[in-house]
Amino acid sequence: MNPDQQMAISKIQDDIVRDFSLLDADAEMKVLYVMELGQALAEMPEADKTDDNIVKGCQSKVWLTARLEREKVYFTADSNTAITKGLVSLLIRIFNGQTPDAILAAELYFMTAIGMERFIGTQRSNGFSSMIRQMKLYALAFKTKMEIGS
Amino acid sequence: MSTSATVSLDIQKIREEFPVLNQTVNGRDLVYFDNAATSQKPRNVIQALTDYYQSYNANIHRGIHTLAERATKAYEDSREAVRGFINAPGVEEIIFVRGVTEGINLVASSYGRTFIGAGDEVVISGLEHHSNIVPWQMLCEEKKAVLRVIPVSDEGELMMEAFEGLLSDRTRLVAVNHASNSLGTINPVKEIVRLAHRRGAVVLVDGAQAGAHLDIDVTDLDCDFYCLSAHKMYGPTGAGILYGRKALLESMPPYQGGGEMIKEVTFEKTTYNELPYKFEAGTPNIADVIAFRSAMEFILACGRENIRAHEQSLLQYATRKLGSLPSVRLIGTATEKVSVLAFVVEGIHHFDIGQMLDSRGIAVRTGHHCTQPLMDRYGIEGTVRASFAVYNTKEEIDQLVEGLGRIINFVK
Repeated sequence: MNPDQQMAISKIQDDIVRDFSLLDADAEMKVLYVMELGQALAEMPEADKTDDNIVKGCQSKVWLTARLEREKVYFTADSNTAITKGLVSLLIRIFNGQTPDAILAAELYFMTAIGMERFIGTQRSNGFSSMIRQMKLYALAFKTKMEIGS
Repeated sequence: MSTSATVSLDIQKIREEFPVLNQTVNGRDLVYFDNAATSQKPRNVIQALTDYYQSYNANIHRGIHTLAERATKAYEDSREAVRGFINAPGVEEIIFVRGVTEGINLVASSYGRTFIGAGDEVVISGLEHHSNIVPWQMLCEEKKAVLRVIPVSDEGELMMEAFEGLLSDRTRLVAVNHASNSLGTINPVKEIVRLAHRRGAVVLVDGAQAGAHLDIDVTDLDCDFYCLSAHKMYGPTGAGILYGRKALLESMPPYQGGGEMIKEVTFEKTTYNELPYKFEAGTPNIADVIAFRSAMEFILACGRENIRAHEQSLLQYATRKLGSLPSVRLIGTATEKVSVLAFVVEGIHHFDIGQMLDSRGIAVRTGHHCTQPLMDRYGIEGTVRASFAVYNTKEEIDQLVEGLGRIINFVK
């Protein structure tokens, strides 16, 4: 495991925590901010929004695809709800451009630090865990492929 | 609509009777608009629960000691209170159940499996909650009977001509709700009963959304079965009733076996207890049934006419205010409605709206409201539903409108 990569992941999480801390404790501001993040997410091609790409365990529809480029993983995602799209954009910000190993080893703490469960509720938090699981599964698949390839 | 009736209710005073309303959520005063899911409980209901557990908790019937006597009396007083509340002819026609879902399952299982056979028909409506769909589907599957569905108009009203066309000599049972949980539509139950009876079918009415809002008179409706859930009428969860016409209940086999429902048990044969105990196997939900009476007393003290008038004025106000917001489409615009307002906002998912409103302390329900076939009818996945109770105010509706306006502007 490359410690630099873990540092990079921690740094992004710390940035997210800092961004949220600027919003005070106002729940509405946080929700609006999350929606804004979703609006800024790179668009996913319509052709990728297939049933196969739907993340299971989310109440909203979330489509997720991933590709490996020069041994680094890049995710694309979309959702039919704006808040979920904003949440998945946070994960993409953290994981895009990381190696499969770094994604698999990553420990995510920013959700607790920003009090996410309090402002998005338990159901959405469970869905969020499903997204993380799916991203790690992609990373595992790429890692396996790379190992077989080498 | 008489305005003098609304004036007679002091809503601020009524709000003081509901301790749960006095709190902030996400830094703002709680606005509770999820009453169709469950209503909040007034002090007298909470007190009745406490009194029972603190002063006379005992198992009912057969007990010879003083506490058992008191508990039995309170439990049976509740039965008489329900009888009066829905104007049923006999107190033995009131069966305590967990709620509407159990009441419907009881009828589907006991009446349905005895009197409905292959090729017979059961008619439900397109407005039904899953609770009034699935038990009939299960029955029809088991008995090779046919399930027919009354279609719903664009406004959310039952198409009565089509209903007449669905009735046949094979129709054995019609099951409809008194008011729709998703749209609020009040159905012409009396007319449905008249038409169904003409073809010899019995009628079950799901009163879940009527109990807190409408005057219920099962004698006038002439229905054969009627179900209520206490928790939607300011009472506790886990208690409700099934009213059944005596002759029908007597012809039906027990639903569950156990204590309470028997007269005599030997290993060779058991003889069943009389009505209503035949259908109340096991130790019932004593505390919640007793507190249910207090909930009905609360409703009667407010006056059902007064509650209706107040809620209708809220509904009209909200319909006008929300209807004037850009990109809001109201779902369900029947002429006769209980205080339910369902809507979608173009371009914004209902989950997002629900979350946004919650961040402002406003509780609404989002989703399909356990009526997926009805959502399919409108070609939507779900709605946002605001449902009003006697303690809600126009100021709270203003807050809902303000919150919605903000999210609509943000997304545009």
